[in-house]
Amino acid sequence: MTVTAPPAPARSARRRRQRQRIPYALLLPALLGLAFLVLPLVGLLVRAPWSALPEQLSSPEVWQALKLSLISATAATAVSLVLGVPLAWLLARTTFPGRRFIRALVTLPLVLPPVVGGVALLLVLGRNGIVGRWLDSAFGLTLPFTTPGVVLAEAFVAMPFLVISVEGALRAADPRYEEAAATLGASRLTAFRRVTLPLVAPGIGAGAVLAWARALGEFGATITFAGNFPGRTQTMPLAVYLAMESDPEAAIALSLVLLAVSVAVLAGLRDRWLSAP
Amino acid sequence: MSTVRRRTAATAAVLALAAGLTACASSAGGDSAKPAASGSASSAPKPSGTVTVFAAASLKESFTDLGKKFEAANPGVKVTFNFGGSSALAQSIVGGAPADVFAAASPATMKTVTDAKAATGDPKVFVRNTLEIAVPKGNPKHIAGLKDLTGVKTALCAKEVPCGAAAVTALTAAGVNLTPVTLEQDVKGALTKVELGEVDASLVYRTDVKADAAKIDGVDFPEAAKAVNDYPITALAKAANADGAAAFVAYIQSADARKVLTEAGFQAP
Repeated sequence: MTVTAPPAPARSARRRRQRQRIPYALLLPALLGLAFLVLPLVGLLVRAPWSALPEQLSSPEVWQALKLSLISATAATAVSLVLGVPLAWLLARTTFPGRRFIRALVTLPLVLPPVVGGVALLLVLGRNGIVGRWLDSAFGLTLPFTTPGVVLAEAFVAMPFLVISVEGALRAADPRYEEAAATLGASRLTAFRRVTLPLVAPGIGAGAVLAWARALGEFGATITFAGNFPGRTQTMPLAVYLAMESDPEAAIALSLVLLAVSVAVLAGLRDRWLSAP
Repeated sequence: MSTVRRRTAATAAVLALAAGLTACASSAGGDSAKPAASGSASSAPKPSGTVTVFAAASLKESFTDLGKKFEAANPGVKVTFNFGGSSALAQSIVGGAPADVFAAASPATMKTVTDAKAATGDPKVFVRNTLEIAVPKGNPKHIAGLKDLTGVKTALCAKEVPCGAAAVTALTAAGVNLTPVTLEQDVKGALTKVELGEVDASLVYRTDVKADAAKIDGVDFPEAAKAVNDYPITALAKAANADGAAAFVAYIQSADARKVLTEAGFQAP
């Protein structure tokens, strides 16, 4: 989902618009909105125990949680890519009865409270769940309270972001390229691999980043489905939440780490999003 | 390809992301505690209005019951509860959450509140509680003591909450080195994991086992005697309903309330 530079003719129109006075009725709420979004982050920086920070952050627990967060968010993104891109293709390029309904189902986790997702996962994939019972008896595989369980919980909430993003890119991409490939003898799979994928690569990239960011911040589904154990299922957001109960300074330090990661992600994407028209 | 459509898709996705992030943020109580009601220090003012009680998760069943009895004895008074892990409740009280009474499951979590000068007077210990091993009905894994927990999936409370601190004490006393599968934020979380069958056992209070006797069996162990939790209660300094708070705290220490609490499995202090 790239945001391309605005077409040249729009420039002069914009300059004309800028010369007019900005109405206060818009400026005031806009500034309030800006302050509302920025102030809490400033508060985090102001209250940060800067002198104790090196000590707080050098504890192995912090790195354990950060490492687990990064690994599980990346794995969840990989799962989302492997399953989500074909799903997006199916939704964008084929017609079948009930497609709109399926599409609504796919986007449901976007609006579903993550905790509900965690409960649902536990009831399906838990040791006594519909699928989980079978996994346990057939393969001796239990997912709750394991790192793969964290990945599943994160993928559950993150994948819809990728699917929506890729589907949007696919719909915007001109299907005639694929048709041309087909007339040249390419099978549908070859056309998907050699024509469609490169065409929507920016959309896949942006979707993957969105999914990764969502997975990194995942809290509700993770704590409900995967529980909380340092090094195994305690990701950064869980560590922040628990630290807040006993040691607010540690919670602030952990939050700063997550803030830094988020800023790094935004910085990495600045060409894509921040330079929006 | 159309830029406009792609831009719309991007915007939609970003908005959706924002919505998701908002949805997962859990509220920990607002900052707007009302100033203390006019400090008329009359001995027994008639309570009225709503009394907001923050209480340890393990008090859920008995306090809900006692709240109804208190309401019946004081017409016009309504008691609302917020049950949770004592440490989280203590932090939210210090953070300014609007509460009138705090009942914690350990003196350590109560200390968070008294240290912040958020309590009125000295908290009073009203009951004590001990741990028990909670197992699914019928004890399918034949757990007889703490040592048997090393071979099965066990849920403990996080060490920040009182039941977790007590669990660490008991396990240390027994010389058992246990790696649980999860550390829960309050005792009810540890209990429901057993109820759902996701773990084979958990260390909870005997009162929790008793309250859930239809689905859970309890296994006593000798080391529990070394990890007894005192439950303190106090009215809060910033209580919006100071009279109601004082009356509720007095009621919890009455003989009537003691009877309900001992029936639930609590011990007299």
